[in-house]
Order: sequence, then C-alpha cells, then structure tokens
Amino acid sequence: MSSTAGKIAVIDYGMGNLRSVWQALVHVANGKEIVVTADPAEVAAAERVVFPGQGAMPDCMRELDARGLRAAVLEAAKSKPFLGICIGLQMLFEHSEEGDVPGLGVFAGRVRRFPADKMHSPQGDKLKVPHMGWNEVRQIRPHALWQGIEDGARFYFVHSYFVDPVDRDTIAGTTDYGLPFTSAVARDNIFAIQCHPEKSAHAGLALLANFIQWQP
Amino acid sequence: MGLAKRIIPCLDVTAGRVVKGTNFVDLRDAGDPVEIARRYDAQGADEVTFLDITASSDQRDIILHIVEACASQVFIPLTVGGGVRTVADVRRLLNAGADKVSMNTAAVTNPDLVAEASAKVGNQCIVVAIDAKQVAPGQWEVFTHGGRNRTGLAVVDWARRVQQLGAGEILLTSMDRDGTKNGFDLALTRAVSDAVDIPVIASGGVGNLQHLADGVSIGGADAVLAASIFHFGEYTVRQAKEYMHERGIEVRL
Repeated sequence: MSSTAGKIAVIDYGMGNLRSVWQALVHVANGKEIVVTADPAEVAAAERVVFPGQGAMPDCMRELDARGLRAAVLEAAKSKPFLGICIGLQMLFEHSEEGDVPGLGVFAGRVRRFPADKMHSPQGDKLKVPHMGWNEVRQIRPHALWQGIEDGARFYFVHSYFVDPVDRDTIAGTTDYGLPFTSAVARDNIFAIQCHPEKSAHAGLALLANFIQWQP
Repeated sequence: MGLAKRIIPCLDVTAGRVVKGTNFVDLRDAGDPVEIARRYDAQGADEVTFLDITASSDQRDIILHIVEACASQVFIPLTVGGGVRTVADVRRLLNAGADKVSMNTAAVTNPDLVAEASAKVGNQCIVVAIDAKQVAPGQWEVFTHGGRNRTGLAVVDWARRVQQLGAGEILLTSMDRDGTKNGFDLALTRAVSDAVDIPVIASGGVGNLQHLADGVSIGGADAVLAASIFHFGEYTVRQAKEYMHERGIEVRL
C-alpha cells in the first residue's frame, strides 16, 4: 500500500478558507488522515476527495485551472467517493449564470441566480439574497449520506446561485427559497450539496461522517 | 417552510477574555470565550459572534487564537468583528477560522475596504456593522468609534451604499437602545431591512424574549443578536427559539 492510501484529500485551489472543512472532517474522521492539498498527485492517490468552494464561480474555475487541478478533479469524480460542497457543487455543472462561465460538465445543467421576481415568501415578505442561514433539506431519495439525518433537517446555506440539473434523477435533496431548488445531487460515486455541512452542527457532521464511511 | 430566522449570541472579548461575566452555573471558566461558544452551540445557537474590544494593538493577535480554538470545536458559523482595518486583517481572521468578518468604523473611513475585501474573499464573508442613533423622528445617523463620533451619514443611505460596495450582511445596532433592555429600535430595523436586499441582523436593547420576536415580526430582521440575556442565564437560546416558534416564527429547533 502507498503511504497515501486511506487519505481524504480536500482540494485546495486557493479560493477561500478550507480550515472549517478540514476541521469538521478531522472531527469525524475516526483517525483517517485529512489532507488539504493543491497537488494533483495527492488528489489522485487519495481514497476519497472533498471538493469545496466559496466566493464567485468564475474565480473558482480560473484558479482551479491555474493550479492545474482540473484533470485531477475530473478523474476523482469518475473514480472515487467524491463530495462537492457549495461552489464545489456548482462547478460540476455545465455552465453558470455567475460571470457566464462554463463549469466542469460532470452533470448536465446550468447554475442559475435566484430570480428577483420569486424572492418573496408565501406570506409576501421579501426574501434576501444571498440565501443565508439554516434551511430545510428534503431528502428526495434514499442515500447513504442521509443516514441518521432526519428528512427535512436544517443545514447552513450561503449562496446566491443554485444548480438546475437536466437529469432530474440525480436530484438527492431539495430546499425551498422563493422556489424549490436542488440542494443536493448524487450519482454513482458523487454526492454534492449546496449547503455547508462543516457549519451545520450535528446534521452536517453526520453527513461528513457518512461520507467518510461511504462505499458507493 | 423555509429559511429560519437566526438567533446569534454575541460575546465581547478583550485580551482573550469575555468582558461581561456570565453566570452559567457549571462553566469551568466563565471568562473563556471558547467554552461559552460551545455552550451556546449546545443550546442551539445559529451562529456566534465575537466582538474584539481589545484596546491595545499589541494584544490584537490573541483573538486569532480564540478563533482557532473555537473553530476546531464549534461547527456553526462564527463572525468576528472589532479593530478590522485592512484586507489583511480580514484574511487573518478568516484563515484562523472565522466564517464572516465584521467591519464598522473602517468601513466608514475607508469604504473601499468593503469593496476590496468583498472582491477578495466574497461578499458572504463581509458583514458591515452600523451603529445608529436617532436624530429626528424616522431619521437615524451613523456613528463610529463605539458611538462617540458622528459621521453625517443617514443610516438607510449608508446601508444601501454598503450593499452596493459588497457587504453580504448588515449588523444594525441601535446606540439609543444598546444596554437599555427596552427592546430593539423596531422602526430603525424595519427601515433598513426594507431598504436593502441583503440580510439584516438586529442588535441593541434586547431585555426579554418578546423583544427578539418583535425584531423579526415587526422589525423585519433576518436574524437577532443579543448578549446579556443569554450571558447572565436569564434565558437559554433554546428558550428563545421555542418562544419564537410558538409565535409562528420559523426557527431551527
């Protein structure tokens, strides 16, 4: 076995702070080693991969390419347990309205901004963008990463854009904010979620613990 | 069902210690911000805010260690404010484990800081704190330096401006109400919340649970921040949420 066997790689393409993700994973890792890395070889050698992201998607795509990580991400998304978080979910899609940029195209579909004409609650109150705070995630279908998490549990969100998958069978979770939107997708070895499990208290830690155990 | 209104306990920290004593009965160390933050997390707080009021600049780095320790144990969002003057300050706090950084006086004296920081780290990380005092019926002015200095800026105009500059959230404190326990300035809260599209956190004046509920249902706030009612054990965050829930306000229970 190589020295990297069993490692969980958090991909670091220089956008924002990965400490929270790393710390939450360490908290549930049960002794598994978590590495934050910008090295494609280390990503390739890892047992499983976490693909986080924050900030603006055009910047994230640019930095990913600037660090030569695109191929490593695409390969990991084909071959090993893969968890996308926030912009890490959005980047898996074909295109984003944010900056009108192409994404990685792992999932067919586009990333859209919350439409201004829908940003009011059923009671008529104005809904703010970014969608910031704790909202419910409906589990649209069973998945290993939902294990032990109540259907409708609240997770912490911060985002202004959401994914709109072409293949509706990939939708694993939905959330309401002015309109119902896709808050989690899953296919084969990939699970990706819009909220921040690393900041979502018990529900989020449970999801990360499930990911570490997951055998897709 | 939808987005929950947030309840945010705030801790004033100086040189690494919580300023106002707490009377949680079983705390090992009542002045330890990390232990108190853990307690609030256990009670169901939606976020925690640290306000660093350290006067001397050579003790500024202490907050970074507090943030690091907190972020390794508390898995809810952490906002840190106080003495933030440069993008480098913002970065240091984020790198230590803060999720959002709040700026107040520096945003007024150097609005470009808001724009620059937001462009660098994303607007979701940038909170602009506004200290407001009423100057006429329905009119409020922005004050800085802990409420000592007038700026001539109208609060509603400044709130719109910081949104344009790239603030992701506004922490709105009524200096008239702060410390009074008479409740939020609801007209102020409503005026700012209606004027901007980013979330507004109401602050200043909470003395009971009804005040928290009013901040949301009358003031239109997206989140409510309080210090003393939680520190002195008058109410737990859980009790506050149950109270709001019973009044039809959506909360994370």
